[in-house]
Amino acid sequence: MSKIRKITLSRRDALQIGAGAAAASTLGAPAVLAATRKIKIGFVSPKTGPLAPFGEADAFVIGKVKEALKGGVKVGRNTYQIEIIEKDSQSNPNRAAAVAADLILKDEVNLMLVGSTPETTNPVGDQCEANDVPCISSIAPWQPWFFTRGGKPGKGFKWTYHFFWGLEDVIAVFTNMWTKLPTNKSVGGLFPNDGDGNAWGDKKLGFPPVLANKGFSLTDPGRYQNLNDNFSNYISAFKQAKSEIVTGVMIPPDFITFWNQAKQQGFKPKIVSVGKALLFPVVIESMGKNGHNLSSEVWWTPTHPFKSSITGESARAFADSYMATTKKQWTQVIGFVHALFEVAVDVISRSEDPTDAEANRKALAGTRMNSIVGPIDWTRGGPFMNVSKTPLVGGQWRHVNKQFRYDLVITANETAPIIPVGGKMEPISQTD
Amino acid sequence: MDWINAVVQGILVGGLYALFATGLSLIFGIMRLVNIAHGDLIVLASFLGLVIVTGLGLYPLVALLIVVPLMFALGYALQRGLLNFTLGSDILPPLLVTFGLSIIIQNALLEIFSADSQKLPAGPLQTASMQIAEGLAVGVFPVIVFACAVVVIAGLQLLLYRTALGAAFRATSDDPDTARLMGIDNRHIFALAMAISLAVVALAGVFLGMRTAFDPSIGPGRLIYAFEAVIIGGLGSLWGTLVGGIVLGVSQIIGGKLFPGADQLAGHVVFLIILVFRPRGLFPRAMD
Repeated sequence: MSKIRKITLSRRDALQIGAGAAAASTLGAPAVLAATRKIKIGFVSPKTGPLAPFGEADAFVIGKVKEALKGGVKVGRNTYQIEIIEKDSQSNPNRAAAVAADLILKDEVNLMLVGSTPETTNPVGDQCEANDVPCISSIAPWQPWFFTRGGKPGKGFKWTYHFFWGLEDVIAVFTNMWTKLPTNKSVGGLFPNDGDGNAWGDKKLGFPPVLANKGFSLTDPGRYQNLNDNFSNYISAFKQAKSEIVTGVMIPPDFITFWNQAKQQGFKPKIVSVGKALLFPVVIESMGKNGHNLSSEVWWTPTHPFKSSITGESARAFADSYMATTKKQWTQVIGFVHALFEVAVDVISRSEDPTDAEANRKALAGTRMNSIVGPIDWTRGGPFMNVSKTPLVGGQWRHVNKQFRYDLVITANETAPIIPVGGKMEPISQTD
Repeated sequence: MDWINAVVQGILVGGLYALFATGLSLIFGIMRLVNIAHGDLIVLASFLGLVIVTGLGLYPLVALLIVVPLMFALGYALQRGLLNFTLGSDILPPLLVTFGLSIIIQNALLEIFSADSQKLPAGPLQTASMQIAEGLAVGVFPVIVFACAVVVIAGLQLLLYRTALGAAFRATSDDPDTARLMGIDNRHIFALAMAISLAVVALAGVFLGMRTAFDPSIGPGRLIYAFEAVIIGGLGSLWGTLVGGIVLGVSQIIGGKLFPGADQLAGHVVFLIILVFRPRGLFPRAMD
């Protein structure tokens, strides 16, 4: 959505602008020299549309980064001013590609950052790859970022680099949580007919083969369409299979419909581990007491033992300042958006010439740093080049009587023991 | 028992669809206006409910006492101030204007409330359950929604066929020019029809908000079911709309049972089949 600004010019303003333009044209040469000491970073994220919760924290995170970089970044003997240009993808892949092209061709950014869901990272990454602009992305599982864009194992991309976790990590985290409680190992699966649902439910690469290996039986009635109004068929299938565990990757309205119907129809699983729907605290809070002990994947919390390479703040201090500024509960996204800028600053400060794309690309490929979301390292190569995995753990939402009504407590950390556990896995109440 | 359970759950969801569709059916029947913004108006009502519930600390069902009159007034103003100017022999202007309205409502809600998923707190009612028979439990809330749909439609039916206002509605619908000659002010009648339509929308919006999470972008998704229910039932027929909603709800769940994952497809297919064999729907009201 564009805002229309009314511009009124007084005669004096017009004269001054005219005079300024004339001065600039005669003194052009030194002005251009000074301008080269400026680095432009483009940042594309979904600020409006269905994916907007991912872009909600941008203003805070970028404000903090700008504050910290006020004095510029020192590279060798030069100091470079950093200009950050934000663009809204409007949750639309076509729009994401268009604003990325604008940033590259009109604003001539030196470095591109892009966050949140394959619908944003992929089109922007493709634009950067086509136009030779170094690009750093995150907040999308690496498989849809790597394979969907035609990445081949052993041969990655030239200009685009990604840090996040993958499907294998979610599967490991969920099964780790499930083995912590005694159950009959019967799992009900709720996978929608969208990119995530098809990947999670895939018979070769998704949950089914791993669950079979680990001794779980999976009841997967089939793919449903998003914004489903009736999960009765799924509930009766799960009841028949006596499922004590429910998993899936759902959008919030569908999960709430399912969970209410499950309770109405007397289906009471012990564990519910669902991706995507349980990410944002506002969703859990909107469920009243019914969100207690629901579990999900956890990419970042204030208890992660990491600190910002830009401000030196710990994860805890960073989240606290977010809550103090915005009066909203922290979300997992804020750490990763901050980390994108950490990588950008790290790359610029190591680059031989931050205004040169090839020099920046070399610096980017040689990235090996510690960020607020953990170590980021693209020097190892590996089968999936250009991908650096960040740690993933599992957690449960606990209903508490504090300012914010739910706490996210880490309950399984086998996948990343460096991240401390906050509590024991608890079964969902069977009585109410 | 499994099948009975499926059909019962399908009928209950059908009640919700009928509630989504009733307002659409009413204004189409009276002024042949296809309101593309209907789904977004439902979401607008959910947000109005949210403001009142959080602002005044009322229970959502009590908040209806405020939301319904507000939406009624909004409907009157909307029709009188905007949509009346689009009505005429050409059906395109109202389509385009309501389409624009849909975009404006979505983005205004986004600007004010952000894209966060919201929900109206329904308390224990949201998961309360009734055991009807062994293996057959239904939610109390879906039953309330269904009962509301029946009451609303019965009430509107009484209004249309037992009151002077209803006679004016029907007269304007059948022949607006002659109705005007008889001293009926079309603009006022149309505005009242839209007002009643949005009062029902208010009910649908608050129920939607109590049932699941909503955000500014989900309106158009609700519109398609409303349209299908109206067309299955027959244009302009209110009881037909209720039947249309139930047909949709039941065919979805039976489709999903036979071919897992085909819930929504089954609803759409049944809709198309009915369109092929009964292009005017099951209970068309008038032959125009």
